[in-house]
Amino acid sequence: MTAATTKTGSLQALRQSQKARFRLTLAFKYLIAAIVLIYSLFPIIWTISASFSPTGSISGQSLIPNPPTLRNYERILDQDFWLWMWNSFKISSISAILAGLITLMAAYAFSRFRWRGRSQLLLVILLIQVFPAILAMVALFAILQQIGNYIPFLGLNTHGGLILIYMGGTLGVNVWLMKGFFDSIPRDIDESGKVDGASDWQIFWRLLFPLVRPIMVVSMILTFFGTYSDYLMPRIMITTASKFTLMLGLQTFIGSNYAQEWGAFAAGAVLGAIPMVAIYLILQDYIVGGLTAGAVKG
Amino acid sequence: MAAIEVQPEKGQSSQRERSTTVTGTLLRIGGLIIFDAFALFFIYLLLSDGYWPLAAIIGLITLVMNYIFLSPAAYPMRWMSPGLAFMLLISVYPILFTIYISFTNFGASNLLPKTQAIEVLEARTFLPETGATLTYTVFVNEANNQEFGLWLIAPDGTSFFATPGAEFTAEELGAGALDANGVPTSIPGWRMLTRAETVRNISVISATTFGLEESAVSLTGRLGEAAQLQPRFVWDPAQNAMIDKRDNITYFADAETGFFTSADGARLSPGYQVTIGLQNYQRFLTDPSFRGPLLRIFAWNVTFALLSVLFSFGLGLMIAIVFGRTMPGQRIIKSLLIIPFAVPQVITLLVWRGILNPLEGVIPNLLQSVFNQPVGWPPFFADPTWVKVALIVINVWLAYPYFMLISSGALQAIPTDMYEAADIDGASAWQAFRNLTLPLLLVAVGPLLISSFTVNFNSFNVIYLFNSGGPPMVGTALPAGHSDILISYVYNLAFGRGLALYGYASAITIMIFFMMVIVTIFQHRRMASWEETTN
Repeated sequence: MTAATTKTGSLQALRQSQKARFRLTLAFKYLIAAIVLIYSLFPIIWTISASFSPTGSISGQSLIPNPPTLRNYERILDQDFWLWMWNSFKISSISAILAGLITLMAAYAFSRFRWRGRSQLLLVILLIQVFPAILAMVALFAILQQIGNYIPFLGLNTHGGLILIYMGGTLGVNVWLMKGFFDSIPRDIDESGKVDGASDWQIFWRLLFPLVRPIMVVSMILTFFGTYSDYLMPRIMITTASKFTLMLGLQTFIGSNYAQEWGAFAAGAVLGAIPMVAIYLILQDYIVGGLTAGAVKG
Repeated sequence: MAAIEVQPEKGQSSQRERSTTVTGTLLRIGGLIIFDAFALFFIYLLLSDGYWPLAAIIGLITLVMNYIFLSPAAYPMRWMSPGLAFMLLISVYPILFTIYISFTNFGASNLLPKTQAIEVLEARTFLPETGATLTYTVFVNEANNQEFGLWLIAPDGTSFFATPGAEFTAEELGAGALDANGVPTSIPGWRMLTRAETVRNISVISATTFGLEESAVSLTGRLGEAAQLQPRFVWDPAQNAMIDKRDNITYFADAETGFFTSADGARLSPGYQVTIGLQNYQRFLTDPSFRGPLLRIFAWNVTFALLSVLFSFGLGLMIAIVFGRTMPGQRIIKSLLIIPFAVPQVITLLVWRGILNPLEGVIPNLLQSVFNQPVGWPPFFADPTWVKVALIVINVWLAYPYFMLISSGALQAIPTDMYEAADIDGASAWQAFRNLTLPLLLVAVGPLLISSFTVNFNSFNVIYLFNSGGPPMVGTALPAGHSDILISYVYNLAFGRGLALYGYASAITIMIFFMMVIVTIFQHRRMASWEETTN
């Protein structure tokens, strides 16, 4: 009897100690989560706070702006902020749409046709990626300079030239990803179209395109991200302030007197980051899937 | 049975029935002809200006496009023709062109091909001693786009009127009587400029040449004086030399240095592009003042990339393991942790530059009060070691969410019954991690780690936007910084600080390229061996 009670007692104690241990582990996990969250989010929260800070400069900023003000936003919007934003959106959208279409058509051909040299071409496309565009900056600069002598809208210091540069890597980045997607679509769909007398183009555009639209959108968003955030190529190619992309504009704006313009820069940073973060959070699962898949393939 | 045989094979069927319509063929051939016409004209222009490498690649692209659109066997490639053209021009050609540049003296003083350098020199003029000096008076034709004309008086008293490209006598113009200075009081259609107006327009007038081409007159720069200028340099193809008509010196083209050089060694500027063999490579392989900084930059570059990958992978993996899938609220925490990844790098890097500012930044201020240090500590921008610490902290901050995502994905793919088996065998949590989780994880993540190394190896933005590679090294032949990595060093040689050493920068780029190739080969080997061990 006594033995039995002690046994249940010890069982209870064990269960309790297990529960306590579980709670302790959980508490420990939340502690780690808190530390990591601070590391990750502090710079961002601090920037948002700075954008509403009344001092406007880097010193004397407190975490909670007192009193919050929109003066920094007015200050950055007095600059060419909207112009830079428009430039960035224009360049990135055109690049994304062109790159999406170019890649889609190429992926369709790689998936649906067989011809001599097909697999070699796929391999070449993969291998060229080893040489990142950033390494070719001197050559790309010289190429735009030479082309610009004859075709002014594709030369240095033009948005056309910048878009031309962005077109160079399109095949390499996403063609493997999209080809895989096309491969997963049954060929019966093509066959049914062929029976009805549809041409290749009609099969591609009417039957398959609606099916690949989601992956096309993801790949276009990734391209948009890449060009919108790019810094080096605009830095090398664009010299006139009115043609700056947003990233270049923000960087030059803050370049000279950092401490004084901190608040205005923070306001610009918040405005410039909002569209990206919003798209990212909405399409999180797609983009993460696309990133990892593309990375594994690439 | 028979019905099946009649069915043409897949792929080939589409080859036969494609665009055989008349309009389709006409459109295709017509488009190709227009494309070819533009391409040939462009090639002609490029060749006449000496840009033969670009002309060659445009020629190659044109040939490829013609093959693709004319040969039925190449039909599928029509679908990727724009992508292929861009790839050849903007991906393949820059690689080859970079290699080519690395063997040339392309740079600030040798920017142009020879033909263009000759044109630049031939446009230079001088005032010959024998040439007559004329006095001028400016007239303007307001009806004809503000055209200017000069009334010129030679030392012997003869006078005439010169407009850009033409000369007239007073009779031809119907000019009025001459005043005391020998200038006509009126010229029909023209109005004499006042002295103040002349001064206001002097830059336009000075830039214009007046009169017939063989006896063109320009302002000399001295007040009220004009003269017949003559081209100073004449190109002599027979001698392969520029002849200086003013000083009677022959400058021979030196194909080794890319300059027109006189017998006593004087050089004409600008020089022109020539290939100089391995000189760029020899410079940093043999000359200690070039090799020294380059080796230090390389060592830091490798360290930076390795530590970044290790720390961000370690941190990402740790978070993925700690949070697991069971922890309440882990999904929202992970979503929050991804946010820094979504903000454009330029923005976050400039933000970091602000927070780490040693004078007023929030983190140094905090550290100063905790460690009781003066303002300005820690020197995150001025001290090489502190700069490097800051750079790695920032780079890990940028990269670890990516590894967290990848690691959680890969961890979920490991079947749970393997852990149960390990548990039954009495393995400790550490043993299970060491012998089960890590090897399985590395199979999935290993290739990504290596490609992440190559990305971090060239992470220009982090280095350049945080501190522009500074603080500067002392006593180097070319400006270099303690936190510079190879790619930011290349950038500075080519585009920063007015150096424009394109040839030398390209030679270093080629070295980086070889590094990338070696790492990639290693990656594919490891990938293969990893797959073998797991299958």
